[in-house]
Amino acid sequence: MKHFKMVYTAGVIALAVLLTLGVAAMILCVLGANVLDTFYVIFCYPFTTLKNLSGVINIMTPLTIVGVGICVAYRSGIVNIGGEGQMIMGLLCAVVFALNTSLPAAAALPVTLLIGMLGGAIWGALPGLLRAKFGVSELLSTVMFNYIATQFYAYCLRVPLLDPAVAGGSGDPQTVKLNTSLWLPRMNEVVPTLDKGMRFHVGIFIALALAVIVFLFMWKTPAGFRMRAAGASDRAARYGGISVSKYLVLAMCISGACCGLAGTVEILGVHHRGLGSCTGGYGFSGIVVALFGGLHPLGVIPAAFFFAVISYGCSALQINKIPVPSNMIDVLQGLVILVIVAAKLIIANPYLMDRAQRRVTKLLGRKEGA
Amino acid sequence: MLDFIVLFLTVGIPLSSALLLAALGETVNQRSGVFNLGCEGVMSMGAFVGMLIPFMAGGSAQVAWYVNLAGLVAAAVVGALFGLLFGVVVIRFGAPQGIAGIGLQLFGTGLAGTLYRHFIGGAQGVYGIGALKIPVLSDLPIVGKMLFSCNPMVYFAFLMVPAVHALLFKTPWGLRVRACGTMPRAADSMGIDVSRTRYQALAFGSAMAGLAGAYLSVCYAKIFTDSLIGGRGFIAVALVYFGHWSPVGVMGGALLFSLAQALQLAVQAYGFTTFPYEFLVMLPYVLVVVVLIFVGKSKHVGPAMLGKPFNREMRT
Repeated sequence: MKHFKMVYTAGVIALAVLLTLGVAAMILCVLGANVLDTFYVIFCYPFTTLKNLSGVINIMTPLTIVGVGICVAYRSGIVNIGGEGQMIMGLLCAVVFALNTSLPAAAALPVTLLIGMLGGAIWGALPGLLRAKFGVSELLSTVMFNYIATQFYAYCLRVPLLDPAVAGGSGDPQTVKLNTSLWLPRMNEVVPTLDKGMRFHVGIFIALALAVIVFLFMWKTPAGFRMRAAGASDRAARYGGISVSKYLVLAMCISGACCGLAGTVEILGVHHRGLGSCTGGYGFSGIVVALFGGLHPLGVIPAAFFFAVISYGCSALQINKIPVPSNMIDVLQGLVILVIVAAKLIIANPYLMDRAQRRVTKLLGRKEGA
Repeated sequence: MLDFIVLFLTVGIPLSSALLLAALGETVNQRSGVFNLGCEGVMSMGAFVGMLIPFMAGGSAQVAWYVNLAGLVAAAVVGALFGLLFGVVVIRFGAPQGIAGIGLQLFGTGLAGTLYRHFIGGAQGVYGIGALKIPVLSDLPIVGKMLFSCNPMVYFAFLMVPAVHALLFKTPWGLRVRACGTMPRAADSMGIDVSRTRYQALAFGSAMAGLAGAYLSVCYAKIFTDSLIGGRGFIAVALVYFGHWSPVGVMGGALLFSLAQALQLAVQAYGFTTFPYEFLVMLPYVLVVVVLIFVGKSKHVGPAMLGKPFNREMRT
C-alpha cells in the first residue's frame, strides 16, 4: 500500500474517463447512433490519412496558443473567459495592418503577428485593469468584452473592411484576400519533398515555441515567479512585497496577447482573410485545453492535440454518414470540464483518499484472510 | 415620438422577462453562496425541452394549453436537474465554480443544439403561447397595449419578483439560504445542513433559468436556434450584481437592459439605417461593464461566501 496515492490517482482518472465516455455514449444512444462507430470516427478517423492529420494539426495550433494564454492568466489568479474577444481584436488589428502595409514581405509577416498580439493584449488588459482598479469580476467582464468585440468586428467587416466583390450581394461579409506573401506557408510548400498530404501550416511551430517560451518565463524568471505567487495566494504575495494588481494586469496582457496571436495565426494560416465566425470557438475550447493540460504550458501541447483530434472527429461525423450533429464537440468539452474539476478535487482531498485506502485495505485483508 | 416610445416599451417589456426569470433564479443561487455561471447552458436546455413537448404533440400547429404548460413544467424540471448536476460538482466536490460554470454552459448549449438537430431539426417552430389580454385593463389607451396585453409568462415573471422577495426574506427557508451564503460555518453550527440548502437553492434557481429559456422558445421567438439565448444567461448573472442581490433591484436591471436592447430594435424598425446597428447591439453589454464598475465600488456587499465551497471537515 506504499503506492496507494498513485493507484488512487490513476483510479480516479480512469473513473473520470469512463464516466465521460459513459455519458457521451448515453447521449449517442438517445440520438440513435451506433456508439462504437461514432467513437471510431471521433477518436480514430483523424489518424487515418495524412490529410486528416494535417487538419488536426491546424486545429491544434490555435488551441495550443489560446491554452497557453489561459494558463498564464489562471496561474496568476484570474480566469480569462475572454479568449474569443481577444482573438477577434487581435486578428482585426492584424488584418487592418496586413491590408495596408507596404513593408517588404520578410518584415511584414512578423510585424503582423506582433500587431495581432498587441491587439489581443490591449483587449485583455482592459478586464485586468477593471479587476485590479474596481474589483469587477473578470468572469463577467471578459464575457461582456467578448460580445462587444464580436459586434465591433461585425461592423468592421460589414462597413469599412468589406470586400467590394461581396458588397450588395447576399454573401457573408468578409474582407479582401490578404497578400499571399503574408500567408503562413503550408508544410508541403516549405519542404517540397514532403508528401502532398502534409497540408498543415507552419503556425504549429509558432505555437510550440510559444509554449516553451511561456514555460521558461513563468517558471524560470522572477517576474513569472511573482505572477504565480500572486495567483497561488494573493495575500502572501502582497505580504512578500509583490504588487498583485500590477501582475494581474500583466498576466491578462500576456494572456490576451496569446489569444490575439492565435487569431492572427488562424487568419494567416487558414482563412487568409477576415471572415465572420473565424475564431471557431477556440477562445472557449482553450479553457478546456488549459485545464486538461494541468494548467501547465507544456501540458497544454498534448491536451491541445487530444482536443484537436476529437474536434476534427466530431466535424467529420456527418461526412462519415453518422447522424450526430457536430455540436457534439461542445457536449464533450463541457463534460470534460465538469468531470476534470470534480476529479481534481477528489484527488486532492486527503480525507476521501484516506477513506478509500481504508476500504481497499479492508477488502484486500478480507480476501487474504479467506 | 409617442408612437416610438410605445413601440420601444412594447418591445422592451417582453424582452426583459427572460432576463428577469433567469436573474431571479440566479439571485437565489448566489444568496446561498453558489455562483452559477452555467445559467446560459441551463437556459438553452430549458428552451429546447420547453419547445420539444408542444412540437412533439402537434408540430407547428396550435396545441392545447396543457401541452404548452407541460413543456414549461418539463423545462423547469430539466433546469432543476441541471442545477443538481452542477451542485454535485461544486457542492459535493467543491470544484471552482467559475470554471465548472463554463463547463455547464458548454455542456448545456451543446446538448441542446445536438438534441434539437436530432428531434426537431431545420427551422421549424411551434405555435407557442399567445398573448393574454386582461379584460378591461387591456382596453386602456397606450398602457393597455404596453402592460396588459402581454404573454402570460411575462405576468408570471413580474409576479415572481415579490414571490422571490418573500421567499428570501420572509420564510425560514430564505433565512437558511441567506445564512448559507453569508456565513455557512455559523449556519452549520446552528444545525442547518449547508449542502442540502445549497442544493435546494440551486435546484430552484436553475428551474427558473429553465423556465426563462422556455419562455424564449415557446412564448417569445417560438423557435429554437443555437443563438436563441445569445448571452442572456451571462447578462442574468451580471444583473444579480447590478441589483445588489435583491429581487427588486434585479427587476430594475432587467428592465434597463431590455430597454437598451429594445432601443436598438426600435431604431432599426424606424429605419435609421445610417447609424451602424452593431453599436446599438453592443450598448447593453457596455452598460453591464459600466454598471459592474460602479457596483464594485458601492458599499453594498453581496453574500460574503459567494463562490466559496463549504466543507465542514476543513478549518478555514
